[in-house]
Amino acid sequence: MSEKSLNLNLRVWRQKTADAPGEFVTYKLDNVSPDSSFLEMLDLLNEQLIETGEEPVAFDHDCREGICGTCSLTINGIPHGKGRMITTCQLHMRKFEDGETITVEPFRAQPFPVMRDLVVDREPLDKIIQAGGYIEQRVGSAQDANTLPISKEIADKAMDAAACIGCGACVAACPNASAMLFTGAKMSQLNLLPQGQPERYKRAINMVESMDDNGFGNCTNIGECEAACPKGISLDFIAMMNRDYAVAKVKRFFSGAA
Amino acid sequence: MNLDPKTPEGPLEKKWTNAKANYKLVNPANRRKYSVIVVGSGLAGGGAAAALGEQGYNVKCFCYQDSPRRAHSIAAQGGINAAKNYQNDGDSVYRLFYDTIKGGDYRSREGNVYRLAEVSTSIIDQCVAQGVPFAREYGGMLDNRSFGGAQVSRTFYARGQTGQQLLLGVYQSLSRQIGLGQVKMYNRHEMLDVVLVNGVAKGIITRNMVNGKIERWAADAVVIASGGYSTVFFLSTNAAGCNVTAAWRAYKRGAGFANPCFTQIHPTCIPQEGEHQSKLTLMSESLRNDGRVWAPKKKEDCAKNPNDIPEEDRDYLLERKYPSFGNLAPRDISSRAAKEVCDEGRGVGPVVAGERRGVYLDFRDAIQRLGRKTIEARYGNLFDMYENITGENAYERPMRIYPAPHYTMGGLWVDYNLMTNITGLFAAGEANYSDHGANRLGASALMQGLADGFFVLPYTLGNYLGAIPPGEAGKTDINDPAFADAENAVKESISKLISIKGKSSPRSLHTALGKIMWNKVGMARSKESLTGAIEEIRALREKFWSDVLIPGDADELNIELERAGRVADHLEFAELLCFDALDRDESCGGHFRVEHQTEDGEAVRHDDRYANVSVWEFTGVGAEPKKHVEPLNFENIKLAVRSYK
Repeated sequence: MSEKSLNLNLRVWRQKTADAPGEFVTYKLDNVSPDSSFLEMLDLLNEQLIETGEEPVAFDHDCREGICGTCSLTINGIPHGKGRMITTCQLHMRKFEDGETITVEPFRAQPFPVMRDLVVDREPLDKIIQAGGYIEQRVGSAQDANTLPISKEIADKAMDAAACIGCGACVAACPNASAMLFTGAKMSQLNLLPQGQPERYKRAINMVESMDDNGFGNCTNIGECEAACPKGISLDFIAMMNRDYAVAKVKRFFSGAA
Repeated sequence: MNLDPKTPEGPLEKKWTNAKANYKLVNPANRRKYSVIVVGSGLAGGGAAAALGEQGYNVKCFCYQDSPRRAHSIAAQGGINAAKNYQNDGDSVYRLFYDTIKGGDYRSREGNVYRLAEVSTSIIDQCVAQGVPFAREYGGMLDNRSFGGAQVSRTFYARGQTGQQLLLGVYQSLSRQIGLGQVKMYNRHEMLDVVLVNGVAKGIITRNMVNGKIERWAADAVVIASGGYSTVFFLSTNAAGCNVTAAWRAYKRGAGFANPCFTQIHPTCIPQEGEHQSKLTLMSESLRNDGRVWAPKKKEDCAKNPNDIPEEDRDYLLERKYPSFGNLAPRDISSRAAKEVCDEGRGVGPVVAGERRGVYLDFRDAIQRLGRKTIEARYGNLFDMYENITGENAYERPMRIYPAPHYTMGGLWVDYNLMTNITGLFAAGEANYSDHGANRLGASALMQGLADGFFVLPYTLGNYLGAIPPGEAGKTDINDPAFADAENAVKESISKLISIKGKSSPRSLHTALGKIMWNKVGMARSKESLTGAIEEIRALREKFWSDVLIPGDADELNIELERAGRVADHLEFAELLCFDALDRDESCGGHFRVEHQTEDGEAVRHDDRYANVSVWEFTGVGAEPKKHVEPLNFENIKLAVRSYK
């Protein structure tokens, strides 16, 4: 519950369109409740800007409870800001000091072009899923759910991977703009489960190739992605993906396909 | 207005089978000639788009988010109901049907609800096959939990992220169809009008939210699956972007709006802390399986540390009032019980607007009984979320909860085939009114979304398209004057908004609307409060259209323009909601009229006059809408006073 309010200096990235040059603009914002979320603080800034006839800062947000993956922002250099395992919408102002200068930037990564201010285009992540992040299962063709027992260990591990919200913080945190944590998580969820076995190796190749085609870099085992991930997705899933990709390539080599 | 429900003939359990047997089909080779527009990419919209794509139709799917994976179905935490009876505890399709009708306070259509219960089992099969990682027991079988309003365990779940996992299942199927080119996905597009050609829905007008371009899209049928309208209260559990716009524009084109006053206030949300707040966060109702709801018996204890209040001074209000359902009483009933004690001055937590708004949800006994580890495994993420927002540790100090606007049972009127009264215009998921009557039971929204999207629309849309000769399919021309008219109307409305350049921000006007709605049209409504609300809404709407300030231009990414458009629609819609609440002179489910209650504060229905659906027809902004009635025929269930005591 609230103590005293905060007065802040905000250094915010402003960029009118994808092609226009951008710059940092500093705003003073007073009387911010420590109980408000970071996005509510930006709402307040926007109200102040509108009042003074300036254009508000565009940023992506939706559910505001940490599950939809829409909000982004790099805050003082860290995707989703300081605090482990939270998204920007879950970051509360009580974590900041009175008088602090806060730098707010969009997620920085070549495959995520800025559309305006703090809004970036993360469609390349969708493309990776479209390339193979699914099980081919037509509606209406499923058997009774309990005819396929799945051990609790496997189901839990798959759920650990499935917790990814697709926000792209892993890409923004990576010096190579790699999407391997994202791709590894989604691929492992499906490749761990018995339902995912028939397409396991095809999936591994298609998703990895799509990742490369969409301009994401490679993993160099720095681990920034895991640290930035709001859902605590483990690096183990990158290892799992690499293994499945390697096996898939070997299988493909011996089967004579290109 | 033609309100023929088109419920198929035959006994309840044969209706859907009979309907499917009689539906027209489209030959697989001809399906590619037909096109369908789907607005919304949640469980209902995304599911329908994926399933129709799999069948071979050309589908265009639109969402306002940056990806179809963001739809607000994602935020559902607790679970999805299905009549699998895997727990051998006496569940059946009939029991799920019965619980849903009763839970909805006898204001839904028997045929539709039975179908929902019937297809619920296929939903679980389908989702498991898609790779949804539902919780499992050590033997490898699916696990279940119980939810409010039921005495069986029929809820399937994936930690506290069931909605997310189900939506991702839908998103994956949809992504596969997008990859195959069968579905074309349009992210960051907002639907701003439906286009009717000779009275038949043939397309939509959208605004590209990145560059402001207004575009025309034609199809053989249009599906609206744009969710609910709880953001009319400003503070709600909905996502910030949720809005009534798509449904409202359809209403203004002649679609009937059914039971708008049926709104659900969810009992277990984190209480409001202050004026800065932009949303209220829901804590899954599943918490009520192990948490006990209480408030201090004495007013002077309200500001104390709850751990210092002795057992005899605690009022376990739900267990006291509803001994057989206890803490698992349905949402509307639990919400009102919490409001009552706060109104009596026994609320807890910070004082907001002169009142402590909150009651405790206490896990002390569950932790003693089961151990902290078990509670952590069941609800760990919810406890973390609570601590993150409030700064309090709920393992050591009871959570504070308070009701918040959550789900809206009302929506576009649809017949058994999910078609509105406009030919060719369908509505699915929360956007329609069909299955939950006056109150939705927990874990039933995910069920309905997927039922509509995966298992109903693929049949009923096929039936509709099957009646269009293949030679006429896909022939709608976007140069038809109807498209030009709709596009011009949209453009005019946008330039009008931009040109006002007043002093009030769209957000401040939305907040003002929310206050009116929460105070006068929220958990308790009266003739007086509703009449007052209508006056205030009209005045606020006038202020909006003379004083709203939208910086920037229409042809760019403009967040305030997006917001203003949605607030403008809410300002019209709110009035309809009030008219409906005023007209429905009874208490029923989520609609509580203070004039109609028993001595101990329970809702009193008037089945003689209101065992029906109120369907409203647009007659002009500010004009009184025209009411139509669809009678509800209960052939299988006897109407009774809903008792959870």
